[in-house]
Amino acid sequence: MKTKLTLLAFMALTGAALAAPQTFDFKDPKGINNAGFKLDAPLEAINGSASGISGTVTFDLEHPGATKGKIIVATASLMLPNPMQKQHMLSDKWLDATKFPEITFESKEFKNVQTAGDTTTADVTGTFTLKGVSKEITVPVKLTYMKDKLGQRVPNQKGDLLVIRANFTIKRSDFNIMPGQFEDKVSDIIELTLSIAGASPK
Amino acid sequence: MKRPLRIIAGVLIVGSIAFWAATGANRGWTKTSVPKKTVDETTGLEGIQWQEKFVPGVDFLGAALLGAGFLTGLSFLSRAKSNNPPIETKQ
Repeated sequence: MKTKLTLLAFMALTGAALAAPQTFDFKDPKGINNAGFKLDAPLEAINGSASGISGTVTFDLEHPGATKGKIIVATASLMLPNPMQKQHMLSDKWLDATKFPEITFESKEFKNVQTAGDTTTADVTGTFTLKGVSKEITVPVKLTYMKDKLGQRVPNQKGDLLVIRANFTIKRSDFNIMPGQFEDKVSDIIELTLSIAGASPK
Repeated sequence: MKRPLRIIAGVLIVGSIAFWAATGANRGWTKTSVPKKTVDETTGLEGIQWQEKFVPGVDFLGAALLGAGFLTGLSFLSRAKSNNPPIETKQ
């Protein structure tokens, strides 16, 4: 009887450990993680990207709807091909990178969660903070859980990967970025693309 | 001085158009960095790496034309070289 109880307890503990949510770190040693942004403009669209991505996401394959996390983008890492445009973008008139060094998104709730194999799609509602202004937005995301794939990405490390992809739009006027100004030169709508992978070492 | 200024203006126009065309005839703004897409084999994620590269745009052409226009304008202000021999004064 004692052996059976011990075995049951061991199985319960192992099961709990396997189903436990994992925390994924999104600081990418390979530098692939990036957030792209695009704004329409008369001569040519303004296309840029940000590489300074960090943050953590807690994910449980058994309960993907309970996913929680925060993704941080370093404002100074925003890059544009034209140096003058970049200088203007980071200046106090536009993003004010010195005063507001981070752009963040913190998830609150997952809705319309659909899981097929290792891939989950959902509409994530959370707080998006840009230039010190926080606003609740809903973003469609795709999460791909890649078991035991960390070693393929980072040699000599065992663990899992979580890939997050998201495409959504925001309005710069909602975040106090030159509201109502220069809309004939730089569109109010900003298209954002997030392609990031987080690691959960074992 | 008229002629050299106009030659410089002409060379500036032709040279800048040739350089602009040779570097891809970019009809957007001048770029000093260009994005290069990389794909992570494990995750399939597309990354962007920026490479330093000068790609002249229409603003570069505009500046060259403005410079050439300025030189041409300057050539009209400068005096033409006289072909007459200097007048000698008798003493």
